[in-house]
Amino acid sequence: METFLGIDYPTLWYLVVGLLFSGYAILEGFDYGAGAWHLFFKKDLSRRIAINAIGPLWDANQVWLIIGGGALFAGFPVMYATMLSAMYIPFMLFLVLLVLRSSAIKFRSAEEMKWWRKSWDIIYFISNVLIAFLLGVVLGNILQGFEIHENFSYKGGIFFSFLSPYAIIVGLTTLSIFMTQGAIFLLLKTEGRLHARLTFLLKKGMVFFITSFAVTSLYTLVFIPGVTDKFKENPLFFVLPLLAFLAVANVPRLVSKKKYSNALLFSSLTMAFLLMLVAFQLYPVLLPSTIDPEYSVTIYNAASSQKSLGIMLTIVLIGAPLLAGYFLFLYKTFHGKVKLDDTSY
Amino acid sequence: MDVEILARIQFAFTIAFHYIYPPLSIGIGLIMVIMEGLYLKTGNKQYEILTRFWLKIFAITFGIGVATGIIMEFEFGTNWAVYSKYVGDIFGSALAAEGLFAFGLESTFLGILIFGWNRVSPRVHFISAIGVFLGSMFSAVWIVVANSWQQTPAGYHIVGEGVNARAEVTDFWAMVFNPSSVDRIIHVWQGAFLAGAFMILSVHAYYLLKGRYIEISKKAFKIALSVATIVSLLQLVSGHSSADGVAENQPAKLAAMEGHYDKSAPADLYVFGWVDDETQEVTGISVPGGLSFLVHQDFQAPITGLNAFSEEDRPGQVNAVFQFYHIMISIGMFLIALTLYASFLWWKGTLFDKKWLLKIFTFSVILPQIANQVGWFAAEMGRQPWIVYGHLRTSQGFSQEVSANQIVFSLVLFTVVYSILLLLFLYSLNKKIKHGPYNEAENPEEFLKYT
Repeated sequence: METFLGIDYPTLWYLVVGLLFSGYAILEGFDYGAGAWHLFFKKDLSRRIAINAIGPLWDANQVWLIIGGGALFAGFPVMYATMLSAMYIPFMLFLVLLVLRSSAIKFRSAEEMKWWRKSWDIIYFISNVLIAFLLGVVLGNILQGFEIHENFSYKGGIFFSFLSPYAIIVGLTTLSIFMTQGAIFLLLKTEGRLHARLTFLLKKGMVFFITSFAVTSLYTLVFIPGVTDKFKENPLFFVLPLLAFLAVANVPRLVSKKKYSNALLFSSLTMAFLLMLVAFQLYPVLLPSTIDPEYSVTIYNAASSQKSLGIMLTIVLIGAPLLAGYFLFLYKTFHGKVKLDDTSY
Repeated sequence: MDVEILARIQFAFTIAFHYIYPPLSIGIGLIMVIMEGLYLKTGNKQYEILTRFWLKIFAITFGIGVATGIIMEFEFGTNWAVYSKYVGDIFGSALAAEGLFAFGLESTFLGILIFGWNRVSPRVHFISAIGVFLGSMFSAVWIVVANSWQQTPAGYHIVGEGVNARAEVTDFWAMVFNPSSVDRIIHVWQGAFLAGAFMILSVHAYYLLKGRYIEISKKAFKIALSVATIVSLLQLVSGHSSADGVAENQPAKLAAMEGHYDKSAPADLYVFGWVDDETQEVTGISVPGGLSFLVHQDFQAPITGLNAFSEEDRPGQVNAVFQFYHIMISIGMFLIALTLYASFLWWKGTLFDKKWLLKIFTFSVILPQIANQVGWFAAEMGRQPWIVYGHLRTSQGFSQEVSANQIVFSLVLFTVVYSILLLLFLYSLNKKIKHGPYNEAENPEEFLKYT
């Protein structure tokens, strides 16, 4: 098997996919999170400002989902196909909610009528909450494993089986961390009374996150097979949750000092550490089979050919610096507090 | 209904709906770049007004294109799992390149384009416009490459057997430049330019008829007319080249397009007609031996017909393929005639004198849209029964784990949401057009002072 810097291609691609989905979680995390607070703001102007805080950025942030999905399709087609067809209902709901969410952003402020804005506000709020929740639900399902038989054929439930108790808990945890992330991002972009209200809401968000994080951790230790074994093998399993905890504990301190960019950095780090934990826990498995570990989808049996992975790693090496450049320029251009003008949503 | 049919209906529905928007944004994008370029070059504020106006319409179109496009990216996995595993190694790298090179470029610069008027210099704004436009062009490249590979696979070998069989890349550039890629990319780009140009022609023809925004509308109309005239002529060239490729690589598709059944005989070229699949007869008006002439420059040259293929290896819906293909061509011819005539009047200096011509332009906005849609229908239905030509059948490509009920569920969801989306699009388009580029009570200079 070909290697680069001593790491085999499937593992490298696993890192690429992991990095892309972490980027997606961190960036769209504050987009979806900001939207999940939407109905907590009472005034029309506050809601408009909250939408325009993500206004120029959310389309770009969404690129991470598109590249992540493409990377999964390209590098691990078996994983892409098995997961999406097995998780048909949650993914279809996710996609439709994405469409509703982007329509809400675009059309909400296009009309003055009260009923119009109210309806879009509700759609916007619900779609953000459910998108965050569903992403966590899918993650929970992956951690629990799928009923995968020989030749990667899925024989599990098809309509509501994705809503297991564990998946729901992970879904709520995801929602809570996105909401924390979203509130910090909005603190960075707002002023005055809305800002004061967000300081208050962020506290609630952190309580929500810490509670659901604790519940998820306990549930994982007790109910998810193989986790405790891995803990014995590798000290990283103690270090990563600890780092995640330290990072999130730093957030209230930074917020009280009004260092919002740093607070955003630390809540992003929390997410990154938790996702790294998931990645270590699974590796080299992508989708564990609950029937027989032999049937699990792994980075080796799901991967594209060495040739194809080599091509795509080259594409990433060329494309990633370009993308980083675009993003730096974009975020620099829209640095600072929201100012509404006639081009705003 | 069975899973295969439902999965095909859902794909056709979601892709057809999606395909209303990206061509429109590519086409409007091109003309918007020209408008902004003219503004920077001449300093004439009228071009700035036009750029700002079309940017608003571009933004909505682009937004719906992205929203409906994400669905496509994941629908392969949900509904076409077997196909996804089969082509992942090939299709995947094209999709990854699309995301990184094209979508990354267009989506990041979109924010600056729409919201950055007061935050960046005019020059940087113009560069952002070019970035977004080029990004959308690259997007089309990679997606059409992936589809073209399904039509004319190249640079690959098949590994494994049965459910585990899949295609793997052996030569990346041969895969990218497979026999049909280049022709089809150009054809798709030009179809997109026409969609955008006719949108702009339509709106400004409408203003001219209403006596509103006369000066800027004349300017915009002339820019869009230049693009439309050149491109509709070029479309004839790329269309012909594309059909030559089909003749060489997908003979069954070509035969279906002209309803040609005889195993090996000279084939006619129909202007219009009706195919009866039972009797294998076509009723209509044709140039005898015309197809033979177009392909081989010889009216007597034999063309492989549908009967040269066994029943299960040729397209099932011959008449549909025939009709879609002929509608596209008729529209193409009409657009050439219309734009040439209008350009002639422009040269004579009487372009804006004929109300009936402006009326035709107002309504012609729908024609490139129809041509784009039916062209794709002919291309995709003509490829049947294959999902990967000659290798994987459509009937083998769908997700085995997915039930008919699940697809019905998602199909209903999409139908509801897309209907709302279409209404919203038309509503806001109408509103923006009615409102116009600026408030007519003020003069344009006043308008620009406030922005």
